[in-house]
Amino acid sequence: MRHILKRTLMGAAVGAFVATASLAEVESADPLKLTLHDWSGQLINTQIMGAVLEEAGYNVEYVQADYIAQCAGLKTGDLTLAMEIWATTGQEALDEAVATGKVENVGETGLQAIEEWWYPLYMKERCPGLPDWKALKACASEFATPETAPKGRYVGGPVTWGGFDEERVDALGLDFEVVHAGTDAALFAELESAYQRQAPVILWVYVPHWAPAKYEGEFVEFPPYTPECYSDPSWGVNPDKAYDCGKPRGPIWKAAWAGMKDKWPGAHKIVQAYTLTNEEMSAMVGEVDLDGKSVEDVVNAWMDANESRWQGWITQ
Amino acid sequence: MARVSPKSMIWLGLFALTWLLATFGQGWLEAAGMGWAMQYPDAWVIPLKDSISAAMIWLVEEASFGLFTFTEFTRGISWMIEQPYNLARALLAEGFVEGHGRRAVQLVPPFSWIAVMAGVVALGHYARDWLLAAIVGAAFLYLAVFGQWESAMVTLASVVIAVPIGVAGGLLLGITAYRHPSFERILKPILDLMQTIPIFAYLVPILFMFGFGPVSALVATVIYAMPPMVRITTMALHAVDPEIKDFGVMSGCTRRQMTWRVLVPSARASLVVGVNQVIMLSLNMVIIASMIGAGGLGFDVLSALRRLNIGGGFEAGIAIVILAVAIDRLSQAFAQRATTFTPPPKGDTWIKRHPRSVIVLAILLVSYGVGLILPAVQTYPDAATLTTGKFWDNGVKYLNINFYDQFEAVKLFFLQGFLLPVKRFFLGIPWVWAIAMVTAIGWTFGGWKLALMNLLMAGFIAATGMWEKAMITVYLCGTSVVIASVIGIPLGVLAAVNERAGRIIGVLIDTLQTLPSFVYLIPVVMLFRIGDFTAMVAIVLYAVVPAVRYAAHGVRSVSPELIEAGVVSGCTKRQLLSRIRLPLALPEILLGLNQTIMLALSMLVITALVGTRDLGQEVYIALTKADTGRGLVAGFAIAFIAIIADRIITASARSARVRYGLESANG
Repeated sequence: MRHILKRTLMGAAVGAFVATASLAEVESADPLKLTLHDWSGQLINTQIMGAVLEEAGYNVEYVQADYIAQCAGLKTGDLTLAMEIWATTGQEALDEAVATGKVENVGETGLQAIEEWWYPLYMKERCPGLPDWKALKACASEFATPETAPKGRYVGGPVTWGGFDEERVDALGLDFEVVHAGTDAALFAELESAYQRQAPVILWVYVPHWAPAKYEGEFVEFPPYTPECYSDPSWGVNPDKAYDCGKPRGPIWKAAWAGMKDKWPGAHKIVQAYTLTNEEMSAMVGEVDLDGKSVEDVVNAWMDANESRWQGWITQ
Repeated sequence: MARVSPKSMIWLGLFALTWLLATFGQGWLEAAGMGWAMQYPDAWVIPLKDSISAAMIWLVEEASFGLFTFTEFTRGISWMIEQPYNLARALLAEGFVEGHGRRAVQLVPPFSWIAVMAGVVALGHYARDWLLAAIVGAAFLYLAVFGQWESAMVTLASVVIAVPIGVAGGLLLGITAYRHPSFERILKPILDLMQTIPIFAYLVPILFMFGFGPVSALVATVIYAMPPMVRITTMALHAVDPEIKDFGVMSGCTRRQMTWRVLVPSARASLVVGVNQVIMLSLNMVIIASMIGAGGLGFDVLSALRRLNIGGGFEAGIAIVILAVAIDRLSQAFAQRATTFTPPPKGDTWIKRHPRSVIVLAILLVSYGVGLILPAVQTYPDAATLTTGKFWDNGVKYLNINFYDQFEAVKLFFLQGFLLPVKRFFLGIPWVWAIAMVTAIGWTFGGWKLALMNLLMAGFIAATGMWEKAMITVYLCGTSVVIASVIGIPLGVLAAVNERAGRIIGVLIDTLQTLPSFVYLIPVVMLFRIGDFTAMVAIVLYAVVPAVRYAAHGVRSVSPELIEAGVVSGCTKRQLLSRIRLPLALPEILLGLNQTIMLALSMLVITALVGTRDLGQEVYIALTKADTGRGLVAGFAIAFIAIIADRIITASARSARVRYGLESANG
């Protein structure tokens, strides 16, 4: 079974050659196309959704697609369902797509995204007072490298993630230089390298992700985010500047092609009902990225352990 | 040569002036109220990217040919490519299945690994001899033993489809260009653009037109891999012996017979070189194609590195190298075979005439049957796979922990002594002056045509608001090219004069060329942190290959008579090198420099993944935001930088050849 699953995951397109199974109970035997990205959490999330839809009798295909570029595919119906649009990084793209009327926000996945400045635990000795952000003011030089000295060096995410870190550094009077990684992989390569040497590092980390499970560390506690903090300079510790607070936290959304509701109404209901929790997801991501299990095995284990839950989504 | 000519004096003076402007220009210009000459004013930027994006939306959503829309047309093409691709993928990797996902049932399994192995071994024997068969067989055995089989077969399936499309398309375009010189004139600049615009720049429009999935990846691969085939076809047809053509005319060939029965067969040997190029470039595309849904080895590299599983990424990367080597050796053997054709003995039965096909077919059928009972015959057992992943992970960790301070010192030395001053220089030149200089250089080397072209292309970069990013591009690429040449040219010379060193260097650069750059990108980040130096190291690793290759080729191909003349007149070994070999190899070395620049520019987009602030980043941002216009405009800017550099170097290489009497001035 697992073997066959793996094969079909890798190339569902083969179905074009053979007659698709006739399914009496579903509205359309056409496959729903779910998008896969390149981080394990999203693969697990998507393949659990796919497995549940298959249990309900639908045909499912997986398509590799870029995180933001997939919106174009969702608008045309080339793609049916994207399981992880993070409010923190994809909200703008999702709102724009929903505004065209061709994409629908199907609701929360139950996963909550946290994105914030993060440091390994050994830095707490060198900079007592962490996780409070005010400690960073006093010991910015602990985070310095020869290129940035005497300023501290903060490794931010790719510029496309936004995040307003330059503005935050400025508004909170932190003596840090923001260096942008080009990709997620480069970002965590910095962490891995510094962690091996127990060298100073502070960087953008997000959860659900495997990094907090592999490395011991904490998020910096900035003044909590409010919408006013980003829009109103007078709000917060710095009366003259906006962005004097932490990053927003938010749900991870499910987004679908607007035509899905009419073509597969039953599947649409199941997708709406589907939720996971951060704890479940973190554990599964750890199993894949740290223990080296395959995504398929982890998905199958979840399906076996949670049968009553997904049966409930199907028979609601 | 020791005397400084008046011409070089002028250039030296201009350079000094440029340096002064770059250092103090900002203050002077602002004092004179000419700040616009320093920083291109936002108000003057032509909103070309918005127009391109709007045109793309119109094309995809509204454009129609009457009977069908543009989108229906592209999706039709997409469907036509998808059918053979699905078949190849089913045969090699997935088998034929019914249903989808978890409920899928496999009706017929794919070719067993034993059958595929038998197939490639037979091909190797057919193309040359048992030695080649053994090499190719060992390569495929490696794929199985190191657990890369399934992904490698997915990659192979896309190569099997992309290469024939690229070859057929290239052949047809090349023949048309040969027949109609006016078509050739239109085609040439398009080919230049196809080779210099980074692939990332046109991925978004391709996704819009051909839909998400492997087909778009195939289309992008074909666009990237086809141009050399077109060029080689035209060149090879022009080079066919006129007597053969006359013979064709005398025997009353029609135009069609002339092309397909006379010209193409006579040019066959050169054409196979083109096929080989298409294959290698298709394999270069494996990683990028996997970003938009091609799967296979490229996806394995990406997802392993995403988990910082350096060893896993390295193994998948090496599998790409192995696959490339196997296919390359096979296609080269076919190229040589093409010239020594022996007609098959007549009268035998089909089975006797095709012993290899019969054996492979038999193994295929038997392995299907046995595979039903013994799964290990069908699929290489997971339990028998090897991995060296831990070795690579630990290796990088060891270097990181024990030698980090040394790396850091080297890095600071280069940054402060070389990279940062050059960066300040390029960012300090007022754009008006820079365009004037590029135009003047064009004038000197290539007359008014080159001057005008340089003016227009540099003007385009400024007018689209890309100037600053373009200068960072020129700086990063320029410093990398200098370092790649400083390392590469001596290595190339060494490889040419010392045979044993030559063999070792040969293996090294072959590996560097086919190993996907992603594989070493992440370890480089771990050792040097994010920044310009890291980007430079990655670019140098990739771009050093042509510098070595062309230098070696140039030094090797100096005519033996000239060397003998040198020996007779009592030159020492050192004099032979510096007075005869190097000057005569100069045109080749310049061509190598040209290629080094091209590769460095194409690598920029990849280094954007580390975190640079150049045109490569602009292309990458446009890709993640699915912004067609932004990506294409930045892509054109990169292409124009490449074309300006190419034309100037080609022109100066030509004047070098003229100076050393290797070519006549008006030839």
